[in-house]
Amino acid sequence: MGSPTGDAEEIQVLTLEAYADTIIPGERRSADDRAIAGVAPGGGAVQAGALEMLNDPATGVTAGLAPLSQTLNAHATAYAAEIGLDLDGTVPPFVSLSYEHRSALIARLVAPGHPEKDGWVLLALFSYMAYDSAAHMHTTDAIAAGHPGLLSMGFGKPDDDGLWRFREHSYGRALARPHPNTTSSGSPA
Amino acid sequence: MTVESTDVLVVGSGFGGAIAAYHLAAGGARVVVLERGPWLSGKDFEHDFLLGSSYTRVFDFVAGDGMSVLSGNCVGGGSVVYFAALPRAPRFTFERHGSIGRRMWPSAINRDTLDPWYDRISEAMVVEQQTWDDVTFAGGLWAAACDHAGRTANPVPVSVDLSKCTNCNWMMAGCRFDAKRSLLFSYIPAAVSHGADIRPLHEVQRIERKDDGSYRVRYTTIDEVDYRVHTGEGAIDAKIIVLAAGAGATPVILKRSEETLGAMPHAVGRYFSGNGERLNTAVLNEDRVRDVLGLSRAGGRIAYEANQIGKGPVVANWDKLDASLPEYGRFSLEQLYFPPGLGTILAQAPGVADPAWFGPAKKRMLEQWKSWLIIFQMTEDDNEGVFGPPPPTGNAFRISQQMLGRGPLSYDPTPNTLSGWAAADAEVKDILERDGLAEVTAWTNDLVGAYTVHPLASCRIGDDPATSALDDRHELRGHPGIFVTDGSAVPGALTVNPALTIGALAERAIPGIVRAARERGVAVDYGAPVPVGVTSTPMTTGVAG
Repeated sequence: MGSPTGDAEEIQVLTLEAYADTIIPGERRSADDRAIAGVAPGGGAVQAGALEMLNDPATGVTAGLAPLSQTLNAHATAYAAEIGLDLDGTVPPFVSLSYEHRSALIARLVAPGHPEKDGWVLLALFSYMAYDSAAHMHTTDAIAAGHPGLLSMGFGKPDDDGLWRFREHSYGRALARPHPNTTSSGSPA
Repeated sequence: MTVESTDVLVVGSGFGGAIAAYHLAAGGARVVVLERGPWLSGKDFEHDFLLGSSYTRVFDFVAGDGMSVLSGNCVGGGSVVYFAALPRAPRFTFERHGSIGRRMWPSAINRDTLDPWYDRISEAMVVEQQTWDDVTFAGGLWAAACDHAGRTANPVPVSVDLSKCTNCNWMMAGCRFDAKRSLLFSYIPAAVSHGADIRPLHEVQRIERKDDGSYRVRYTTIDEVDYRVHTGEGAIDAKIIVLAAGAGATPVILKRSEETLGAMPHAVGRYFSGNGERLNTAVLNEDRVRDVLGLSRAGGRIAYEANQIGKGPVVANWDKLDASLPEYGRFSLEQLYFPPGLGTILAQAPGVADPAWFGPAKKRMLEQWKSWLIIFQMTEDDNEGVFGPPPPTGNAFRISQQMLGRGPLSYDPTPNTLSGWAAADAEVKDILERDGLAEVTAWTNDLVGAYTVHPLASCRIGDDPATSALDDRHELRGHPGIFVTDGSAVPGALTVNPALTIGALAERAIPGIVRAARERGVAVDYGAPVPVGVTSTPMTTGVAG
């Protein structure tokens, strides 16, 4: 990253990565990784494919990514001014914030009543989906590739035909008394 | 544009639409069903979270102000995507007053008068109570925790062929193994066998009144992959309209039609209920589950770690379904699997300052995902939802190619509703945090509002024209020949899963619709038997694409 006023696409990528990393944080990809704050071990939303997800036209948010990232940096600049933070001019303003400040700013943007809430929630939703369900990939491919989200959550593997079955599924014994007012068909009386 | 004609035009193919289509077609009427979603069957129901798979094709998730609604979007409607839990509503729910201060149900309906109709729909759907051998680890754990806390717990009656169920837990995306006995196995093939013409990917936009008192329905056709794309348009004239587009869409169609139909009853698009629904997530302490509840799995090493295993709700706690408790103090608590991607974001990490749905603590919570137990609360809300001006098409401004949209519903929970949620939250905590079994948090309402999978009452039946859009025969007040038979007709929250009640009310409404059709010159009789054992594999004839 040279200057935040340099390559618009690079600014956008870094800004969106920083947003996604705030939602599901991960470890830095390299020592000079600025987008990822590095506050959690293992891969986060960025490594899980948040940018691939957001850039999938099926999401309906791709056209909004440029204005959202520009607005996010404007919010970050205003936020820094408000609380007296000095921004590092070599990276986009949002990327310049510490994780705690990124988190605090996002909390404001997604709070009930914020006029731009819908856009920020969508950005968070798809960042999340990249991590918790890898919705930009076939699930079987994601598992085969060691997708960090599904792996971390312990999502089980399918059978050879790509379908899930759980043959062991029950404790197999009565574990409670039924409610006394239950009809013979099993409904509340 | 050519205009077709039929006797009966049915909008939507879920419980309300499929039941009406079957009986009217079997009685001899010409029936066309317009369904905005695709027509899928077993092989189409993929185990895949990829956008564009059945996981997104068969759903609508519509965010409103203060309430989001998840509903079906396919032939078979909610029955394809639901968890097939089919309990009858407890007796007291029919006596509820809710926000209007007097009994909200029509005087002609109570549990006794509805039971014969419950019997019919139960026979058609083959509702069976599960045994403890059917109860999955998650349900068993919930039962054991309830028992440990001095409560009861019931295996839930379901419409699932348990011999075919593999406990894959992809049930919400449609059942790949044909175990879930959706409407694709009963009313829909039965309706088609009697000549009903079911057309998927047809989205009804408005209804017009013709000079002779019949109606013209205008629709657009929808691209099978990108639902934002409308591929054509058409119109069908009909003597009888049965609206069953779902409680999140039926009032939107009616409000959009006001210019051509005339003013709607006051209650159209008002009194919406989210069935009082709310979700909690418990993160279990596996050691405490083993030591306190005495539960273990293979080799005794794992107590639970079974969040991914199973099927929808298998065990419910009904201790608070007690008629002697005050209104808003009654609720059921049902164990429920909710897959990633649709609700995981809303779970809140325990012991963390707001917002607790994202960040490092939530990531750590996700690492314990296999030890999650989700509890679904169905409480008594105050019917406080109101629909604003309709969007240009459909029931929402579509955002994603499938599933995701922004709708005109507003929901600002009253102190009554909030107190019901708080009481249910407290009960779940008391049961599951007892003796260190788990840490429990409620899903956040800050992000997409409250969240319902059972939208109800946006166009409800009742005796009072001021507070009900429909009379007790489900006819739209002031618009003879238009009937509403879906969840929007149910007057209020039921404290249990509502599908069986929606089906029973639809069955009950049919004789009146048949009479109205005959009065309008349609040669149709009533009396077709319950469609039992129609097919063991889902209907595929006419599947688009």
